[in-house]
Formats: sequence, C-alpha cells, structure tokens
Amino acid sequence: MLLLGIDIAFLIEKVILISVILMGSLGIAMYSTWAERKVAAVMQDRIGPARAGWFGLLQPLADGIKLFMKEEIIPDRSTRFLFIMGPCLAMLTACMTSAVVPWGPDYVTASGHVISLQVADINIGILFVFGVVSLGVYGVMLGGWASNNKFSLLSSIRAASQAISYELAMGISLIALLMMTGSLSLREIVAQQHGFWDGHWFTWYFFKQPLGFLIFLVCAFAELNRAPFDLPECDSELNMGYHQEYSSMKLGFYLFSEYINMFISSAIIATLFWGGYNFPFMDKVAAGVHPLLFTLICVMALMTKIVCLILFFMFVRWTLPRFRYDQLMNLGWKGLIPLALINMLITAIAILWIFKS
Amino acid sequence: MGIYEILFWLLTIMAISSALGVILSRNPISSVLFLIVTFFSISGHYILLNAQFLAVVNVIVYAGAIMVLFLFVIMLMNLNADVEPQKGRLLQLAGVIAGGILFLVVLAALKSATVLPLEKASSDIGLIKNLGRTLFTQFVLPFEVSSVLFLSAMIGAIVIGKKEDTNTIPLKGK
Repeated sequence: MLLLGIDIAFLIEKVILISVILMGSLGIAMYSTWAERKVAAVMQDRIGPARAGWFGLLQPLADGIKLFMKEEIIPDRSTRFLFIMGPCLAMLTACMTSAVVPWGPDYVTASGHVISLQVADINIGILFVFGVVSLGVYGVMLGGWASNNKFSLLSSIRAASQAISYELAMGISLIALLMMTGSLSLREIVAQQHGFWDGHWFTWYFFKQPLGFLIFLVCAFAELNRAPFDLPECDSELNMGYHQEYSSMKLGFYLFSEYINMFISSAIIATLFWGGYNFPFMDKVAAGVHPLLFTLICVMALMTKIVCLILFFMFVRWTLPRFRYDQLMNLGWKGLIPLALINMLITAIAILWIFKS
Repeated sequence: MGIYEILFWLLTIMAISSALGVILSRNPISSVLFLIVTFFSISGHYILLNAQFLAVVNVIVYAGAIMVLFLFVIMLMNLNADVEPQKGRLLQLAGVIAGGILFLVVLAALKSATVLPLEKASSDIGLIKNLGRTLFTQFVLPFEVSSVLFLSAMIGAIVIGKKEDTNTIPLKGK
C-alpha cells in the first residue's frame, strides 16, 4: 500500500513512534514539575507536595486542571495574534528536537523487519538540534514583546541576548566533539560509543571530551533559562519576566516547555557524551536475553541517564544563587568561548598527534 | 502529483506570499516575522534539492541569529505601524515607474539568454562531507579570504563599539 509514494505501514510505524515519544516527553516533563518541588523541599528541609495522592503524586494533574480552569486574560493593548503565538512557538520548538534522538537500538523482528527507535535519522542531526534551539528564543521574544509590558520586553531582550551569546560557546564546544566523531548523525555518534570500554580507553565521549562536556553543560543551563542563569524570569528584578501578562494554559505552556526542554537537552547530553542507550557489558546482555527485552533495557539505560541529568539540573537550581547580568555576559564571552576555542585546539593537536604515531 | 511536487508547490506559494508580506505589511515586526517564514520556505527548497546542510545552516544563521537581532533592534526602538513615515503620492509614482523600468530591462536581458537544460544532481551532493571536501580543496583560497573578511568586519565592529565607550560617556564621580 502506497500513499503519495510512501509505504503506509512505514507511516503508521512512524506516527506511533512519534506519539509515544511525545506522550513520554510530556509525561516526564509533568513529573519533572513534581520532582522539582520535592527536590526543593528536601533541600529546604520541607515536605513538599503531599496532599494530592500518595507522596503528592497527583499534584501535576491537579496543577494542570487548575491552569485549565483559570480565567484566560488577553491584555487589551497587546498584539493579539503574537500574544497567542508566543507560547505555541515555545511548546512547538520544545517538542521538535526529540525527532533526531535515537531512543534505542534497532529492533529486528522475527520476520526480518527492522524497526528503528529514532524518528528521523538525518545526517545532520546535531545541526538540526541547533536549528531548533536557535528558534526556541522566538517564543519568549514574541510573547514578551506582544504583552506590551516593560518588564516582559526587558525580559525577552535578556533572553534573546543570553541565548545568542551561549549558542556560540555551545557550538564551538561541539566542534571539538565532532572532530572526534567525524559525523553529525546522532545515530552514528551513539554507535561509536558502543559498550563502555574498548580495550584501551572508555568509549563514551565524556571521557574523551571532559572540557567540552563541561562547556556544553553550562551552555545548556543558559539556553534553558534555568538557575543560575534564569535572568529572563528573575523575579526580584522583573516581577515574573516574559510571562507576566500570561494566565491560564498559555502560562502553563511557557512553564511546561521549560521542563520539556530540560528533558530533551538531558537526552541530547546523554546521547552526545554519556553513550546514549549504551551501557557496560551490553554485548553479554544482548547474547543472553530476547532482542525485544534487550531493546527495552537499552531504552531504560538511556532513561536512567536522562533522569540523573534532570535531577542534576534540579540540584544546581536549588544550590547556586543567580548570576548578575554582567557576570553572565562575562562568563559567556570572556570565559566559555576562549575555553571552548582552547579545547578545540587541544583536540585538533591530539587528533593530529594520534594519527601521526 | 508525487509528494515532491506537492511539497515544491506548497513551499513556493509560502515563499512568495511571505516575501510579499515582508514588503506589504506596515508593521516592522510583522515584516521581520514574514521574512523568517520566507527563510524557512527557502530552507525547505534546499532540502528538496538534497542540500540538507545548507538548509539547516540557513535556519541557524538567518532565522536563528540574524533575524533575532533584527527583532531585537526593532523591539528596542519600538517601531510601530503608526510611527512609520507615509510616503507622498509623487514618491510612490516615481517608485512604480523606476521599478517598472528595471523589470523591463531584466525581461529584455532574460529574453535573449539561452537557458541550459537542468542536470539532475546526485543525491549526496549537498551532504556536509562533500561540501567540506570541495571547500577545503577546490575553493580553499576564496574560503580563507572570506574568513579574513569576516574577521575584519568583527574587529571593525569592536573598534566602533570601543570608541563610543571611552570618549563620549563621562565618568561619574571623578
């Protein structure tokens, strides 16, 4: 069966995969809000949400219902179309990146049919991620400007300049990684990190690019607008920041997209630096269990890494104080970019030296 | 019609209508937004031509960075539809005549040109590996010269920015 020259079975397979990934990222983002409150509570010696459900596990649901039920206010002097488009764009760009992440190894059915656990294996995977990340700032900018509020405008301008500054360092830190991988496809990069130990050195790129990982991580914090770089929504200076005028689910979209972004960027970091779905002794496990079970174990390994990274994001938020704006810019332009350039140089020299010997 | 043709026509209509939106809309902010949509549809065309790298770089550099700066400046200057100066009738008429003459010249020039038949490019011509190999072997000199050009532009921007800082702003309390 063909539809416009595409196999319908293939289309159905992809649609199911996309729905599962979307539902999964929404679900994880939902429970990230719960985890964030629990982490904050533990750090501050409180109990945290405990009323809705067992351990407050129904709290995200209650929050969602609350946001839906709230009155929806669109300011009179706002630019209506852009005001509505802002949160939509934020949500859209947050969900788009998951398309290129390989969530697990290919599963080959008994009849020889290969099911890929990656929505699209494009050969420029990382650049696609970058493209979507660079578009992410539009949601904040348009929403902030369309609100017709000084605080929102200031906040959106902060968000834009912060995003542009840290994208540079992020890109340069990735170039060093790409010189080692020789490929831009995320699937290829994960395949290169197969197992854990290749006989000489660890296969995971964290052990080959520790400095690059550090720079990438700091830039990820800044791109996510998360503490200690949460200047666009810094409440002591800007009230609430770019979502000041928003209410109801449009506010929910902004808050929620931050958690989806956190999930996706954890997935990207895990894929690039922590081996993706690979785990130690995976060949021995693969030989011993059913292929379907092995695929599931791989997916669980990736999820474990992602959850650890999300928890790390939360620990940092509740530990470090916020940067001042000039400190943020100094760190980005005078700290991280030179460091990333040096890292690139060291990597180039190391690669040349290894190739020569 | 296959999926290729459908996508091509969709992208073409999107590109042309949003490009018209850029020049026809009164509000500078919506002009910029239309321009972003235009860049996206052009990126779509690049993908149809198998130039994936070019498509993504177009999105990252133009839609993701340069347009953000455009938006930035327009937002800071608070330009609105009612602030934009209205052109007089005479000026509009002059514009139409000048544009019409230019169109005529272009039409006349194109009429005598011979159009070569299109060659079907191989499917991996736009991949980053081939692009990199071509840039660093066949076109290495133009590539390096253009990078020097960028560097000089960057230094120029820094020099202009520095001058303002030290000369015109008086130091407080001294």
